[in-house]
Amino acid sequence: VYLYSPAILWQKETEHNLKTAFKTAVCLWMILLKCKFCRVLGVSCNVIKPKDVARLHPLVNIHDLVGALHLPGDSVVSPPDVNHALAVASAAHGVQIYEHTSVNHVVVKKGHVTAVETDRGSIECEYFVNCAGQWAYELGQSGEVKVSVPLHGCEHFYLLTKPLSEPVQNDSPVLIDMDGRIYTRAWHGGILSGGFEKNPKPIFTEGRNQLEIQNMQEDWDHFEPMLSALLRRMPGLESCEIQQLVNCPESFTPDMRCLMGETPGIYGYFVLAGMNSSGLSFAGGAGKYLAEWITYGYPSASVWPLDIKRFGNLQSSRTFLRHRVMEVMPLLYELKVPRWDFQTGRQLRTSPLYDRLDMQGARWMEKHGFERAKYFIPAGKDLLALDQSKTFYKPDWFDIVGAEVKCCKEAVCVIDMSSFTKFELTSAGDQALQLLQRLCANDLDVPVGHIVHTGMLNQRGGYENDCSVVRLSKNSFFIISPTDQQVHCWSWIKKHMPSDPQLHLEDVSWKYTALNLIGPRAMDVLSELSYVSMTPEHFPSLFCKEMSVGYANGIRVMSMTHTGEPGFMLYIPIEYALHVYNEVMSVGQKYGIRNAGYYALRSLRIEKFFAFWGQDLDSFTTPLECGREFRVKFDKDTDFLGRDALLRQRVEGVSRRFVMLVLEDHDTELDVWPWWGEPIYRNGELIGVTTSSAYSYTLQRHVCLGFLSPTNTDGSPATVTADFINRGDYEVDIAGQRFPAKAKLYPFSSLFAQQKRRKDDMELSNFQSK
Amino acid sequence: MAATSQVFMVIHGRRFGRILVPAMTCQNCSQSPRPCINATQPHSFKQRWQHQVRGYRTSPAWHSYYLTPPQVNSILKANEYNFKVPEFDGKNLCSVMGFDSNQLPANAPIEDRRSAATCLQTRGMLYGVFDGHAGCACAQALSERLFYYIAVSLLPHETLMDLENAVENGRPLHPILQWHKHPNDYFSKEASRLYFSSLRTYWQELLDLSVPGEQPDVAEALVSAFKRLDNDVSLEAQVGDPNAFLHYWVLRVAFSGATACVAHIDGNELHVANTGDGRAVLGVQEPDGSFSALTLTNDHNAQNESEVKRVRSEHPLSEAKTVVKQDRLLGLLMPFRAFGDVKFKWSIELQRRVLESGPDQLHENEHAKFIPPNYHTPPYLTAEPEVTRHRLRPQDRFLVLGSDGLWETLHRQEVVRIVGEHLTGVHQQQPVSVGGYKVTLGQMQGLLQERKARISSTFEDQNAATHLIRYAVGSNEFGMVDHERLSKMLSLPEELARMYRDDITIIIVQFNPHVIGGP
Repeated sequence: VYLYSPAILWQKETEHNLKTAFKTAVCLWMILLKCKFCRVLGVSCNVIKPKDVARLHPLVNIHDLVGALHLPGDSVVSPPDVNHALAVASAAHGVQIYEHTSVNHVVVKKGHVTAVETDRGSIECEYFVNCAGQWAYELGQSGEVKVSVPLHGCEHFYLLTKPLSEPVQNDSPVLIDMDGRIYTRAWHGGILSGGFEKNPKPIFTEGRNQLEIQNMQEDWDHFEPMLSALLRRMPGLESCEIQQLVNCPESFTPDMRCLMGETPGIYGYFVLAGMNSSGLSFAGGAGKYLAEWITYGYPSASVWPLDIKRFGNLQSSRTFLRHRVMEVMPLLYELKVPRWDFQTGRQLRTSPLYDRLDMQGARWMEKHGFERAKYFIPAGKDLLALDQSKTFYKPDWFDIVGAEVKCCKEAVCVIDMSSFTKFELTSAGDQALQLLQRLCANDLDVPVGHIVHTGMLNQRGGYENDCSVVRLSKNSFFIISPTDQQVHCWSWIKKHMPSDPQLHLEDVSWKYTALNLIGPRAMDVLSELSYVSMTPEHFPSLFCKEMSVGYANGIRVMSMTHTGEPGFMLYIPIEYALHVYNEVMSVGQKYGIRNAGYYALRSLRIEKFFAFWGQDLDSFTTPLECGREFRVKFDKDTDFLGRDALLRQRVEGVSRRFVMLVLEDHDTELDVWPWWGEPIYRNGELIGVTTSSAYSYTLQRHVCLGFLSPTNTDGSPATVTADFINRGDYEVDIAGQRFPAKAKLYPFSSLFAQQKRRKDDMELSNFQSK
Repeated sequence: MAATSQVFMVIHGRRFGRILVPAMTCQNCSQSPRPCINATQPHSFKQRWQHQVRGYRTSPAWHSYYLTPPQVNSILKANEYNFKVPEFDGKNLCSVMGFDSNQLPANAPIEDRRSAATCLQTRGMLYGVFDGHAGCACAQALSERLFYYIAVSLLPHETLMDLENAVENGRPLHPILQWHKHPNDYFSKEASRLYFSSLRTYWQELLDLSVPGEQPDVAEALVSAFKRLDNDVSLEAQVGDPNAFLHYWVLRVAFSGATACVAHIDGNELHVANTGDGRAVLGVQEPDGSFSALTLTNDHNAQNESEVKRVRSEHPLSEAKTVVKQDRLLGLLMPFRAFGDVKFKWSIELQRRVLESGPDQLHENEHAKFIPPNYHTPPYLTAEPEVTRHRLRPQDRFLVLGSDGLWETLHRQEVVRIVGEHLTGVHQQQPVSVGGYKVTLGQMQGLLQERKARISSTFEDQNAATHLIRYAVGSNEFGMVDHERLSKMLSLPEELARMYRDDITIIIVQFNPHVIGGP
């Protein structure tokens, strides 16, 4: 998003072209990481020496600097000028602008935006964009149908000085001193400087009248740390006179990323807000994507990380937002370590087993408000300090997760996976099957009891969702999607669902506790608890049965584990959760059962080359690009969303390909770990970026998953073939150091073998079910 | 010159020892008697002090005796106490939000006492600071007994009747007071029965005097309670007790003395009854946010002209020169009003008679045998308080009750500023604004950092009284807390501490602006 802004704003006659970021000793290599990131994006940047900093900006104190990141192509614009330019330009194209007009509410009829009620009358419209900034939340709540826009304001201060005796040149670079938490630029011969403090002041929690923003109070005591940081970085400013301290509130979101896109449930109601203080730099790109979204129905790149549908009503509590933005705002200028979990707004959604697991040493992460165990600290071990996990190197949980993985491989582990999104689709006739056949790439017309892994694709063949669908009965299906799909998947299905009273979609996420029993002994545990043989002969893979576990009856047992390991998922009505868990744990004792967390699951999944929606897959990735052709019903004549695009791609070939890279010569103990976003080089040329990575305890190597997207010499995308991939020498760049890697298209246990087994299973189960 | 003399502001010789007679005893009252270090001839004070000062200067051990900030804090916070009036549903309907109190000993043991209680059968809260002299016995007795006398005086006829009937019939009593005590504030068990019977006699008399349906006047009740308790202290000593220990105890109470400064707050009505040189000062917030002091009491000492006049007028003209001498009553006692101190109240015959019949310990006591010079027309001393009534206004933010140990180190205006800024938080009440002035970034930074330093010392103390003591003991010539000074003042050896500072006791009552602003 950021990329497009300078380009667009360039046309609006912008002036500046330099930006320098500063880092002192500890953070130097973070600069390198950033630099690499810029190269991937195609932004020109370079690391410069303190001496060069002094040359570019003579006011800067360089004594404690190790180096700086220099972005020669960056620019500075004045917001009012940009606004004016845009207003003039759009007015020339027939846009009408009403000033001093307040929106009372947005009129929604039958799930569509129809008009906007203002204090000066109503305006009919097909599309409405809520870009009310600070007030977007209140505006969203004002209508009859409430729209959740999770953002919250914080006071933001910046200082204006009078011109220096030797005026600061307009073309002097913008400085960002992350350690001092400040930014600085020239302003009318003086300096404009602000920052993102450690102790933000949230504001307007109760909602306020728009007019109050005009007379916000300055707070010098609050600004003191930033003033001191400024004078430390630029001691020459000490004698400079103060013009004004401006208090200009900014809005922040729960995850530091902006909110854009169409709101779930209301067609034509778009949002663009919560810019986290970088509104101007994102404006160009965000505007472009939103315009595409409105015009074509989707933006021209994957913007899932910014999509408002990643949030739901559950993030709309004012208390939650107030607490979370207090944590988010300081992070803007902090080192963002991998797998960092927010500490505020926690323990909102929990499994019924939460306390039980917590007592056994669970350490938690949060996804979509749901607490999930990362790993379990063994009894007797000291609690790990929060700060110790803040590293780019080998983390302190390495051995703990290793032990959990080992137990998954050799015995049996239980992982609470209740956070997953669960829908039930039922119909009187075959409407449910019809709908799913249209939405899903894979064939859903399978015998009752079968589980189908499938993508839900868009017209372009890209993944809107990647889910497992269980055929519970002839006309009812159980859909399991990733946790953060709760809002997105719901609105995707609803959008394509005919309004048929006999077709019913229900969100049952809260009704079931999901336990994942992973490991070779899982079947022993379950058969002891149910008096049913659970061996693959009797309970083949990807199969679902309702059965009893302990005293509890009606437990949905599914032979899949989301990891490729043997085992079962148990979907347990929540009132039985504690009972089933207790039974499993006590019976499992003799099989060496233990709790495991998501980090173990992740390691297992990645070494098996399982892609995950939201991390590896997005709405621009097709099944052909990630080696999942076998999950597409090409052999059937059934039409489904994305079929044409996929058929075309099958003929033309893919221009990007999901691969698995196994790192070589990487010292787990001493080298910086890959996390995600590392550049991939083929024969010395940049060819792609990793999307996720994990240490494989089986291979004792790091495994990175990522996409290769080669280009022809003229810059156009080139077709990727298996041969192309197999013939290259690969390197992964981790914080400036390149590590050789082996690229693989298939996991170590071949997919073909699995497919074959599945075919056999199917025949067997066909035989069984009738 | 030794650095010590610069660091310490030595309290003048005039100041140490508010009574220039040998102390009777000084012990942790209910334990076995032990002669106090102060029990020497009055005229040797100066000599002794000089000798000891010289002694510690040459001692190298003392030079390295620095306290770390946590050590300083643990000393300052040892006696701090805080009470918040409980809220219901986020609202507090009481005119008082709560109070902070603390005390710092200089005497060993401390001779100051403090009390705080809520009246349960009438409305209102009571706060008192008691400054003892010639031992702590009298102050201790006041801290246990005075509030009961006040509470009983405030009871209407009907309640007194219930009380008497309950005692008569052996029924359990409804509690009269809810005490808010620090664990170090103790009550003596041995004397409680004696105290109770005196109290019961008092309410029986009140029952005879009071008229059903009439509400006692607070000011009158306070005066009556003060006088009655002093009278009871005196009587108990004259009557004695079959129990030798108790007998000795009541004599110690009567022969030692104490001043009392008591506040009674009921809704918007504030009454302060003061006997002696304790002080009650109201912190008033001005419209500009600053704080000014409103003193609600008059000191009863030689600095108060009308008090000198009163004392002189009560005695024949021939005694005019001797009754107030060297700014002291009879040349001996600093406060002109006090509880106990029967040496200044009883006739010489009575004093002799009581001492002769008293327990053996008394005969060895220098203080008890000593008769003040020029003692012709007793009583010279009274416990009758001066009562001030004040109707609380929305701008009245807090009340500071303090023993003279506080007021002689800090000006009342300074006290109110420190407490006011602590309670409101410095930055809230006076935001910095550049306005139209020419201010450079460097100047602004200096100002802000100074403010920050002040706030951080505020945050160190949750308790406003502790914060005030920190300033009282540790502030330098610039009015800022100087850690070095604080550390030295607090690490003075027991026997020296009294030379440099007095016992300090502080109660700070915070008012509830939401309630006192109302009708």
